[in-house]
Amino acid sequence: MSSIKERAALVEKAAEKMNKGVSHPENLVKNAASRMELQKESPKLATLEEAIRRSGLKDGMTISFHHHFRGGDKVVNLVVAKLAEMGFKNLHLAASSLSDVHAPLIQHIENGVITKISTSGLRGELANRISRGLMEEPVVFRSHGGRGSAIAAGDLHIDVAFLGASSSDPLGNACGYSRSENAKSICGSLGYALPDAQYADKVVILTDDLVAYPNTPNSISERQVDYVVEVDSVGDSSKISSGAIRDSKNPRDILLAQKAAKVIINSGYFKDGFSIQTGTGGASLAAVKYIRQSMIDRGIKASFALGGITAHMVKLHEEGLIDRLIDVQSFDKVAAESLKNDIMHKEVSANEYASADEPGSAVHYLDIVILSALEVDTKFNVNVLVGSDGIIRGAIGGHPDTAADSALSIIVCPLLRGRIPCVVDEVTTLITPGSSVDVIVTEYGIAVNPRRPELAERLRQAGLDVTDINILKEKARSIIGDASPLPFGDKVVGVVMNRDGNVMDVIKNIND
Amino acid sequence: MKFKESFAGTLESGDILVRLLPSDKPGLTINLESTVAYQFGSQIKSVIKETLENLGIESAVVDVTDKGALDCTIRARVTAAAVRATGKDVWAD
Amino acid sequence: MERLRRTMMFVPGNNPGMMADAHIYGPDSIMLDLEDSVTMAEKDTARLLVYNALKSVDYGDTEMVVRINPLNTPYGKKDIEAVVKAGVDVIRMPKTETAEEVIEVEREIERVEKELGCVGRTKIMAAIESALGICNAYAIATASPRMMGIALGAEDYCANLKTQRTPDGDELRLARETIVVAARAAGIDALDTVYSNLNDMETFRKEVEFIHRLGFDGKSIINPRQIEVVNEVFAPTEKAIEKARTILAAIKEAEKKGSGVIAVNGKMVDRPVVIRAQRTIDLAIASGILKEEEVK
Repeated sequence: MSSIKERAALVEKAAEKMNKGVSHPENLVKNAASRMELQKESPKLATLEEAIRRSGLKDGMTISFHHHFRGGDKVVNLVVAKLAEMGFKNLHLAASSLSDVHAPLIQHIENGVITKISTSGLRGELANRISRGLMEEPVVFRSHGGRGSAIAAGDLHIDVAFLGASSSDPLGNACGYSRSENAKSICGSLGYALPDAQYADKVVILTDDLVAYPNTPNSISERQVDYVVEVDSVGDSSKISSGAIRDSKNPRDILLAQKAAKVIINSGYFKDGFSIQTGTGGASLAAVKYIRQSMIDRGIKASFALGGITAHMVKLHEEGLIDRLIDVQSFDKVAAESLKNDIMHKEVSANEYASADEPGSAVHYLDIVILSALEVDTKFNVNVLVGSDGIIRGAIGGHPDTAADSALSIIVCPLLRGRIPCVVDEVTTLITPGSSVDVIVTEYGIAVNPRRPELAERLRQAGLDVTDINILKEKARSIIGDASPLPFGDKVVGVVMNRDGNVMDVIKNIND
Repeated sequence: MKFKESFAGTLESGDILVRLLPSDKPGLTINLESTVAYQFGSQIKSVIKETLENLGIESAVVDVTDKGALDCTIRARVTAAAVRATGKDVWAD
Repeated sequence: MERLRRTMMFVPGNNPGMMADAHIYGPDSIMLDLEDSVTMAEKDTARLLVYNALKSVDYGDTEMVVRINPLNTPYGKKDIEAVVKAGVDVIRMPKTETAEEVIEVEREIERVEKELGCVGRTKIMAAIESALGICNAYAIATASPRMMGIALGAEDYCANLKTQRTPDGDELRLARETIVVAARAAGIDALDTVYSNLNDMETFRKEVEFIHRLGFDGKSIINPRQIEVVNEVFAPTEKAIEKARTILAAIKEAEKKGSGVIAVNGKMVDRPVVIRAQRTIDLAIASGILKEEEVK
């Protein structure tokens, strides 16, 4: 027989040999509180100020945000206002994108709280002021895939990530949707926040729907989260996304979408098992609607639809025309709901979506992408970031990633927007190089990159109005006349990074 | 040429609003506000000037708010404002 | 190829944005409107816009039509001067009731054309929008050698008739049939009225199918979205195209042999059949079913 008492000496000896202490479990006092109550005292729960303080954030460090709440985002302004109040200076704000709603940042830039910005896009008054030279440091612009790669490679090191979530439990299991009755601000996929959650030194989740543990299936795991902050609101729901399918009624959008659909159908890539992505913009989103009937008629099904997922895509998926949805960003509530409920609708991170250097990123296996543009030039270069007036007014998004990696990239844009030409001699800013752009669809004709003669031939055979890009440019010029050169200054206000991590172009300031 | 204050046009996209005022100074004073001022400001002004001079108006203040109008629209709106100002139509009565 | 007029798209004459690129949607004709869509206070500005657009915008092969105000208003005469000077293809007369009105418009057109040295350039079409107009349809259709077509304007016609429009269009039956018959008798085109509910494309399609069966050449439309439906309905069937090609081939063969008699499958082919076959081929090309080089 052997009792614990008798083995005590042997335990001590074993411990000594292993260089460990001897455990005394009889000293453990069990917490008898109900676990429903206990989780409310999670050590991760904090006020915003506590979370910032405990995160170890210091002047000069890098903070990050995602843009899944789009025009309704309240997180960036809330956090930066708190940082300003706490006296932080000289911070680098690295957002996946910024928009009109972030105009309050101007004052924090003027006060030296923010001295550097990295983003995919800028819009509104903030963009306007930066274009005119507000900041000393140029803004660094990256594509979504490029940002993911830069974070993973350490080029963009994030000290503290402040990530808004539509729901989170006290341990930090967080989602862009919610299964609770108190759901307030739903955005669907949190794809652009996932690299931040994985690679940032500290991660703070902000949520307006603190739910009971376990908030699973989760998109951000508690293992990556350091602090959870409950706030009144992370976003204005009405500005995050529309509630249903938004069909453009603009006749020109419809015309462009129908033309793009004809290009897809006759491209040679429209066959069973193909994959497709649509960019933002009424015409590119609507193109899917016009290939639907041809898919049914010819018995063609898509293996997956990628990228920003819309209600149109969800509808085709539910009809059995698209097998899987790969979702880095949900464009509307229908898409967000589908992501929550449908196992074949998968959330992916920016890296899995569009990194150049991840062998398995989805763009590598994308057949067709339909994208919009502010400008294209006669070398097929595309600009989606800077307006023809030299003012920053857009976002790179996944444009260069998808154009480069897809088998067929189609740019849909009107020849003219009012008196602004969209087909020009040279783009104001180079975002997507012409080497990765295959077809330009305008209301005055379709231009095919001379690198793709076989594609031009197929489209011509199908009776589409294929023309030369120079003819389109001349057509625009004949309607609107010659534009005067823009009054650029000598200051560099923006640097455009290529997705491979190298510098591709710079943006100069506009002088008034 | 004597004339009264007048205007023509709208603020719709692709249109231009033209307001014509008598001036006691010689020459045309054109105040242009345009969504495409950087690229097309000087061209818009020269179309306005040419149109008014063809109609014999050499002294006026012209306030224009342009929403990306093409030259043919600018010509039409400026002519309309001038006709309204002078009461003299370009078509036979 | 004879000009097809499947779609005549209405564009308000005071909307420069829409006038600048209406042709990109591919309507067969564009009708810039100076009449009902322009308020009295803006008749002068719309006239100048239409004049300058016609002079400057490259509308390609699209037939350009302007609906003028009636001559018994202070605007009609100036409208004619402006659009003839701008080189319009067709003047559309609204609310036409008698042949005399056509002759009056013709006189005004000719006066301006003489000034320009281009007599006979401008065509006329008349919209018939009243019971009296329907009674005079043939006289209107034959009032001038410039007449290229007559059209039904259903809203005013229904008001005049003390009825209203229904989805089935029973109330328009006589007017439609009269217009087609009068146009055919005069050797000009027949165009149907507009359908304004853009949210009900099903009823629109049914109406287009119906007027296609009646023999109309085309329909007045108010939105680019309606073009595709009309063109689909007017596109000939494969069987009809095949038959038309056989007939036209037989003609070529007969011409080669110098034979006056044309027969297909042992049946004599007379002139109306030939004309219809040619129209079928024209429609097939316009609908993109046939390519021009395929029928050469």
